[in-house]
Amino acid sequence: MPDTVQPIRFGSNSGQPVSRRDGIAKVTGAATFSADNSPANLLHAVYLPATIARGRVTHFDTAAAQAHPGVTHVITPANRPDVQGDPEAKPTLFSFRVEILQDDSVRYAGQPIALVLGETLEAATEGARLLAPQYAAEPVATDLDDGAPFDIEPGGFGRPQGMVHGDIDAGHAAARQAIDVTYETPAQYHNAMETHAIVAEWDGDRLTLDVPSQALNMSCAAYAYFFGIPAENVTVRSPYLGGGFGSKAIPIGPNILAILAARMTGRPVKLMLTRQQMFGPTGHRPATRQRLRMGIDATGALTALDHESLSASSRFDDFFEPASNASQGLYAAGALRSVHKGVRLDIGTPGPMRAPGEASGAAALECAMDEMAHAAGMDPLEFRLRNYAETEPGTGKPFSSKALRDCYLQGAERFGWDGRPLDPGQMRDEAGLLVGWGMGTALFPCPMFAAEARATLRPDGTALVETSAADMGQGAWTSLAQIAADSLGLPLDKVAFNAGHSSLPDGGVAGGSGHTATAGTALHEAGCDVIRQLGEIAATDPASPLHGAGNARFVARDGHLFIEGDDSRSEPFTDILARAGGAALTGSGKGVRPPEVGQEFAMSSHGAVFAEVRIDPELCQMRVTRLVGAFAAGRIINPKLAESQLMGGMIWGTSFALHEKVTHDRTTGRIVNADLAGYHVPVNADVLGLEVITVHEDDLHVNVLGVKGVGEIGIVGTVGAIGNAIWHATGKRIRRFPIRIEDLLTA
Amino acid sequence: MSFSLTLTLNGAQRDIVLDDPRVTLLDLLRDRIGLPGTKKGCDRGQCGACTVLLNGKRVNACLALAVTLDGAEITTIEGLADGDTLHPVQDAFIEADGFQCGYCTPGQIMSAVGLIAEGRAGDDPERIREGMSGNICRCAAYHGITKAVQEATRRMDAATKGDAA
Repeated sequence: MPDTVQPIRFGSNSGQPVSRRDGIAKVTGAATFSADNSPANLLHAVYLPATIARGRVTHFDTAAAQAHPGVTHVITPANRPDVQGDPEAKPTLFSFRVEILQDDSVRYAGQPIALVLGETLEAATEGARLLAPQYAAEPVATDLDDGAPFDIEPGGFGRPQGMVHGDIDAGHAAARQAIDVTYETPAQYHNAMETHAIVAEWDGDRLTLDVPSQALNMSCAAYAYFFGIPAENVTVRSPYLGGGFGSKAIPIGPNILAILAARMTGRPVKLMLTRQQMFGPTGHRPATRQRLRMGIDATGALTALDHESLSASSRFDDFFEPASNASQGLYAAGALRSVHKGVRLDIGTPGPMRAPGEASGAAALECAMDEMAHAAGMDPLEFRLRNYAETEPGTGKPFSSKALRDCYLQGAERFGWDGRPLDPGQMRDEAGLLVGWGMGTALFPCPMFAAEARATLRPDGTALVETSAADMGQGAWTSLAQIAADSLGLPLDKVAFNAGHSSLPDGGVAGGSGHTATAGTALHEAGCDVIRQLGEIAATDPASPLHGAGNARFVARDGHLFIEGDDSRSEPFTDILARAGGAALTGSGKGVRPPEVGQEFAMSSHGAVFAEVRIDPELCQMRVTRLVGAFAAGRIINPKLAESQLMGGMIWGTSFALHEKVTHDRTTGRIVNADLAGYHVPVNADVLGLEVITVHEDDLHVNVLGVKGVGEIGIVGTVGAIGNAIWHATGKRIRRFPIRIEDLLTA
Repeated sequence: MSFSLTLTLNGAQRDIVLDDPRVTLLDLLRDRIGLPGTKKGCDRGQCGACTVLLNGKRVNACLALAVTLDGAEITTIEGLADGDTLHPVQDAFIEADGFQCGYCTPGQIMSAVGLIAEGRAGDDPERIREGMSGNICRCAAYHGITKAVQEATRRMDAATKGDAA
């Protein structure tokens, strides 16, 4: 079957580095984010976060809060109105148990324990402060060492499946050289620049929400569940997300509280999380400890790749970081094992954060590969090429496409990898700084969810295409419109695109790096449906130059319909429609991957990242001075936006390697650095030489567009590349991220 | 108790009466004047999303109490373009793809306008990176931001020289 799939033509729109169509809105301040909406008669809501991590709330000074001028309502577990849904339930695929004041217990620091409503933000904020909660606190566990590890029972989202291929014990036994190393990664929080926010307004039993969502229709279903109304009664408006990174796919408790407050008061309610609250009920990337045991034979071929990951979830729900998945599909080891273990801590439930599993897993894997290469006396790139997987490791499935070798070679050439000394500590720059070069491989799967779209060709030759897609910065407003324009054979400026509203056909999920592929396929199919209908009209219309061409395939180009392979016969869309009565034509399409494709092929994006660091030999200050990433991710719809996304991912990799980490107070369980002064992310001065190469890759199988996805892969190889470069500069192997000055000083 | 103040906001004089001394310039703009283009990212001066020009200098609007600003001249992102003609910095941000989600963008752009006016960075990328480091971009569009500020600086310099000649 797949051999007969024709690659669609590169249209005049796809492949072009078009500037963002929402650019003017975003540079003028006209782009409306959730909290920018202030309907008349608005109430402001502020929730009070718990300052203990385990125990009960024993007292609030409700009277003091209530007495504060401008405070209208104080909601605690004692007087919270009923909701219709069960807080312990998971109404959608991406749901976690929520804290919505169902009782007086505290399960983690930062959990909402009360909600205050006020006529102004200032009044509600002060009202929440005046509640002055008292607690019966219990001892807490917030560190990986504080819990008892257990084997994770696999079970879908949040409960990853390990795997074994071959005889792992025999693989270890056959090794001529082996390493056994343990890496640690910290808990990280998404911290999109736009904090979570919602404006909720009821009209009878209909609910309108301005809320950033990476999955609009799924959000409708989730919020509807808690209020006992049909999903179609909920409208989600999410034209722009101020960043998501996985956290805005999940309905969160504070949003449900805001909706409840709006129902209770009969007034619209706005709730915007503070930055400090972004370290609470919004998910995070949990801490991991990963043990990697590897062995090689005399030729440098891996006899065993054995990856065990321990990660933390909350006491009351399951999201375990699927870190050891990173080893499942990358290197051709004789025997392969990935194991997932968990511990339960007094923390909020983690969740998917940009490249969940792969980011943490590859950080450990790629550093361990570097250690193994050094033990073998091989160049790290040569070592990876030696263990290149021509088919999916373990299963032997063919890859739908895999241009990783090109990524290695093009990246290495651009970086200037040749001539890198094998031993560490060999290079210095003119200022005497230690210089090190490291590399890492990147892999990210290319899933498709499900999406629907509608295309309408208007009699004037313009079109409207619609799907409830979400643009969190990846460029959906632009790249999806490019795909749609190609499917309709129209220049981009003749195609209007509606997205970001749940009343539109379900655009699916902006996650898993699969949104362009999924919503794009739906839009493509919708456009093709319109063109098919247009062809039928023309072929049966005696007045059309295309009359009688019923059995031929039609091709749409620049507003004209052509017979495929015969450019002499064509007619403008507008003429065909005018003769047919002047009505618009509407088509629909779906974006799904046929299951047999997934059974037949292994599908992933790949990449190779090369890093240079310079390190002060006495102060051990580290700077990433160059990053070159070469990525093969199928067809690139918009190189300008894709490169931006890949660069952003690589900077996330820098952040993982050198910056991000929360620290818990071991006594209270609170995060001590819960703001942007204490939780470090890169600023502009941290980003020096940065280069992205998008490697050409045709994929005839992954979907009709040949699109894989670029949203997450940028982070994946980068963390290891930087860790390896630091080792190469200093000879010090730091196995705990982020790598800090003190690690080098004391190593 | 009420507090009266007069601001010149995006070129127009505004008389404002506040009933609360706790209102920050940021919340004044967003909640009480209907100018939500200026964004709240941290509310404590750590991220730069709320950067506006106060008497020509860039400041974090979340750190300024509105009642202290009587007589001040304030420019926000909404006041930067001249009708449909974008400011050169706005144009350059679109061309260089100096943003992704767009949430920090108003602050980045106001900060860039302030930086260029300070004349400390010129088109030197190292100085621009340093001068723009009070504005966090979690999408990490820094490469594009630096390019945009460089390009806008050059164009504005060229335009000034053209005017002088």
